[in-house]
Order: sequence, then C-alpha cells, then structure tokens
Amino acid sequence: MPDNPDAYLVIPLFNEGAVIGDVVAAARRVFSRVVVVDDGSSDDSAARARSAGAFVVQHPVNLGQGAALQTGIEVALTLGARYLVTFDADGQHRVEDALAMVERLRAGEADVVFGSRFLDARTRPGLLKRLVLRLAVAYSNLSTGVRLTDTHNGLRALTREAAQALRIRQNRMAHASEIIEQVGASGLRWVEHPVHILYTEYSKAKGQSVLNAVNILTELIYK
Amino acid sequence: MLIKVILLVAIAVVVVLWLRTPGGARHLALRRIAVALFAVLAVLSVLFPDTWNDAAAVVGVGRGTDLLLYGLIVVFLASMVTTYRRFRDTEARLTLLARRIAIDEALNSRKVRPVATEDPADDPTEET
Repeated sequence: MPDNPDAYLVIPLFNEGAVIGDVVAAARRVFSRVVVVDDGSSDDSAARARSAGAFVVQHPVNLGQGAALQTGIEVALTLGARYLVTFDADGQHRVEDALAMVERLRAGEADVVFGSRFLDARTRPGLLKRLVLRLAVAYSNLSTGVRLTDTHNGLRALTREAAQALRIRQNRMAHASEIIEQVGASGLRWVEHPVHILYTEYSKAKGQSVLNAVNILTELIYK
Repeated sequence: MLIKVILLVAIAVVVVLWLRTPGGARHLALRRIAVALFAVLAVLSVLFPDTWNDAAAVVGVGRGTDLLLYGLIVVFLASMVTTYRRFRDTEARLTLLARRIAIDEALNSRKVRPVATEDPADDPTEET
C-alpha cells in the first residue's frame, strides 16, 4: 500500500477519544501524513491521536471546527503538503474515498474535489436530516453560484494552490458554506466525488442537532 | 399611525446596520455621540417630564411612558446588535491568537528534537 507522502489528511478533533485512535491508525495505513488539530478537547483525544502516529496541533481553547480546519490547513501547507484532505474524526468517512479523491487531483481533473453522499444511494441519513441537508444545498447553490449535491460534507480534497486560496473565518459549522463560497469566488476548478458516509451509532449520537442550521444561517448572513 | 412607521423604520435600520462591519474610529465616534445624546435626553426628561406626553400625542401614542418604552425597545435591539458585532470581532482576534500559539508550539516541538531531520516536509508523524 502506498503511503502517499505528498498528501496530508487534516482532521479537526474535539472530544473523540473513544474513536480517534482507530481513525488515525486506519488512515495511516494509506496516508502516512496525518495532521490532527485538537480543538481544546477535555478528554485524552490528543494523546490518543499522537500515539496513533498523527502530527498533533493543539488549540489552547476550543474555537470550533472551522477554526481547527484552517489551523490544520496552514500546518499541512507549512509541512509541505502537495494535496490536502479534510477528514472527520468520528470515523464516518472512508479512507478509500479520500484516496480516490486525491487520485483525481493527481490526474489534474480539478483543484478541489468535494465529497458527496447524494451522488449515489449508498448513504441513508434520516428523513429530517435529509430535509435539512437538502435545504442547505438549495441555499448554498443559490448564494455561492457553485452547484453541488451535498454542501455539508466534511470530506474534501484540495491541491496546495486551492488550500492556499482558502481563508476560513467561520469558526463553527458555517465554514462548510464558506469554503464553497471561496472556491466559487476564486475560480478554482472543482468536481464532486461520490462518497459513502458511515452513520454509525457513535456518529449519530455525536452528530449535530438539525437546529444548528439556524446558527449556520445566522452566521452566514451576519458575518 | 405615525409611530408604527417610525418604529418599523428604526428596527429595519438596526437590522441592516447589523450587516455592516464596525468601521473603526468612525463607528466608535458614532457610538459616543449616541451615548451623549442619550444623556442629554435623560436630563431633559427629568427636567421636562411632560414633553414626553406632548411628543407621544404628535406621533399618535397614548402616553409619554408608552413612547419611552417603544424607544427603549429599539435602543435595546441596537445594543444587542452592536454587542453581537463586537463579540464576533473579538472572537476573530482570539482565533488568530490561539492559532498562532498552537502552530508555533507544534512546529517548535519538532525543531527542538535533538537530531531533527533536514527536510521540513519530512515525516511529521514521527513526532510523538
């Protein structure tokens, strides 16, 4: 198995001590370079990520997932990343998907590859979640001009140039829309790639409330 | 009624102002002028309490105290909005500060290692 030394996995981490060790270990079988940004976890998440072999950066206080992503991207760029993959810490993303997305970047197909769970029928979120996600897609497509089928998917692959063009200012969940907005505005070439999201009992229990959509919308309008 | 128009316009202005980024010195000056006006208004209210009743009659509100309450609601909304803006601004600064600390700490701990590898891009995952 190749260790893809030119690609860096960027994983924002907040209190996922139960799974982060396995997630990092599984990821490192394919990607040797894993940057984990511990966003002020109160459990032993950071230590577990470190012992699983990740390069760990620790926020002194909790800032939010968007802030952690920007930190991780800056670190990966400093370490010399050619390709960057944003990846979730809770184990709902598959490493095979990440690898396939990096391959598409290597082939020069695009500057940004967005993961989408709605390009095929493998992923089955609940009805309410599906509804909220669909609304988010409609709003995002309308406001950013980038037409995607899944706007809130944490799995993305970026070239170095694309990552350098991003400035995530939305600290919390609104960063997903912000990234799309910036990709749209910067004229980067993008494609979508079908991915499978594993809705495990664990990730469901940790998942965000659909009410959070209200927060995201407010933060997008009132920046 | 005149008061409805005034209040709706005032609320709309506040919500739109919410969208604008606070403009540094100019913004601060406006805030201070607003506070000064508020104080002058308070003094005048104490000296001439009946003027509120007259003003209320002009805009079509029953009593001066009601008009005062409406005004207070608009001012409270405006205050919430500016607080939100300042909070977001402070948060953005805190983020940059925390990020700098996090990155410096992580990268320095790499360099401090006794026999550091030459290539900065060399396997960072070795760091434990």
